[in-house]
Amino acid sequence: MELKRKILDLIEHDSHISSKTIATMLDEDEDNIRALIKEMEADKTIIGYNTIINWDKVGCDLVTAMIDVKVVPEREVGFNAIAERIYRFPEVRCVYLMSGTYDLSVVVEGTNMKDVARFVSFKLSTLDHVQSTTTHFILKRYKQDQFILEDPDEDKRLVVSP
Amino acid sequence: MTCMNSYLSDLVRDLPPSGIRKFFDLVTQTEGVISLGVGEPDYATPWHIREASVYSLEKGYTMYTSNLGLLELREEIAGYQKRKIGVEYCPKDEIIVTIGVSEAVDIALRSLLQPGDEVLIPEPSYVCYAPGTTLANGVPVPVEAYARDEYRLLPELLERKITPRSKVLILAYPNNPTGAIMEEDDLQALVDLIIKHDLLVISDEIYCELTYGKKHTSIASFPGMKDRTIVMNGFSKAYAMTGWRIGYACGNADIIAAMNKVHQYTIMCAPIMAQKAAIEALRHGEFEMRKMVEDYNNRRKLMVNSLRRIGLTCFEPRGAFYCFPSIESSGMNSEEFCERLLTEEKVAVVPGNAFGSNGEGHIRCCYASSINSIEEAIGRMGHFLQRHRKGIGTK
Repeated sequence: MELKRKILDLIEHDSHISSKTIATMLDEDEDNIRALIKEMEADKTIIGYNTIINWDKVGCDLVTAMIDVKVVPEREVGFNAIAERIYRFPEVRCVYLMSGTYDLSVVVEGTNMKDVARFVSFKLSTLDHVQSTTTHFILKRYKQDQFILEDPDEDKRLVVSP
Repeated sequence: MTCMNSYLSDLVRDLPPSGIRKFFDLVTQTEGVISLGVGEPDYATPWHIREASVYSLEKGYTMYTSNLGLLELREEIAGYQKRKIGVEYCPKDEIIVTIGVSEAVDIALRSLLQPGDEVLIPEPSYVCYAPGTTLANGVPVPVEAYARDEYRLLPELLERKITPRSKVLILAYPNNPTGAIMEEDDLQALVDLIIKHDLLVISDEIYCELTYGKKHTSIASFPGMKDRTIVMNGFSKAYAMTGWRIGYACGNADIIAAMNKVHQYTIMCAPIMAQKAAIEALRHGEFEMRKMVEDYNNRRKLMVNSLRRIGLTCFEPRGAFYCFPSIESSGMNSEEFCERLLTEEKVAVVPGNAFGSNGEGHIRCCYASSINSIEEAIGRMGHFLQRHRKGIGTK
């Protein structure tokens, strides 16, 4: 378990890191590392691998909105059934159950504001059990998944020092 | 330009320049270098520490402090030392805040040495101890430490160098450049000798948070050693604060008072914004520091195993962030190795002899660098060694 946690710590920050490098760092056999990663992929401990992209750099104007959704929970299944109905839409990037003044936080991505507005008016707000929605458009992303989106600082250290 | 060398003091004129400086000049003339030659963390100071310092400036903390440093900081240091090494220091008169450990070493040597007093310095060692001794009119006496002993200082090797003029022993563990540590038993073996010969100890513990799998022990924690040891520490390595130049010394009140005399006429006090940052580091810096240490540990193993894979003999460092492999198999001395590695492969490492003649035959490689840089640099070093292994290829 401890070894799995160490592997996850390493690949969480860099999914590109090779099994050979992980094995060298952890004093382990490379085949063993590869097998453990496969095992964790199979049991969905590792759900997938994403790439964090600054789309502004390639001139893509994606629009992202965070939508606060108030819902009426269903008997027996609580919030899960309505959450499932929402997360199955491909426009939806994330869904979280929240504490506080609303119930579900939904992150939606579209190619323009109209796309997102259309999704909210015609699909999301018309779902049974959805009481209300409040939509916040993201104006600028500064940091995402621990990565700062502006160009990283270069190494300012002296090349040789005592 | 008129040559003014004749105006210089003999002491300074005759002081050899640092071997690192010479190599630095060479590296800066080469473009596209991957450097494993740095001696500092590859992190910026954690944001909460920087922010605390900025806040103190906004609040107008821009004035002198007491020569000894802010009492609030000295109280934090006292608490830290008690937790870390189990020794209690009085914040009022047993702690002085300095411009890094470098200043602490300087003012300690100047406070302690009579002309001709000898200072025992385990070698290889960080570059400041021998010149600092010379500048304080003392005589540096190297005591060899060897890879076969994991660069520990052995009592029998130390005793051979002790004379009636021996006054101070420098202990700098975890060690730059070797990564060696001294464990409790190793230190215990020195204590009798130190007391028998009435030596004082300057214990530079700047890397004490960077140990891997072993607990740091300070010689000051042994019975009878607190008064004869000056413990020095700082924030540069554990909290990635090299540029802040903030450190401290803890010791007997008479010695700290003497050091404060030198300090007050030369430095006055450490900058208040750095002292404020240091308070924040000691109060809230543990979490980020532990993450950095874990990260160094991964890269330590990557470097040691990769160096061994390309055929270099490398003792496993247990502290700091350096490996100190032997380059004997190349048939070159350390300066030649480093210069040719730089020219042919554009990889910078530091020649071992920059840390004293006993470092000859070795190079210092720092693993406070990205995984990609470490792998790329050692890959290039592997190609270099294949071409130059003793008796093979061009030399």
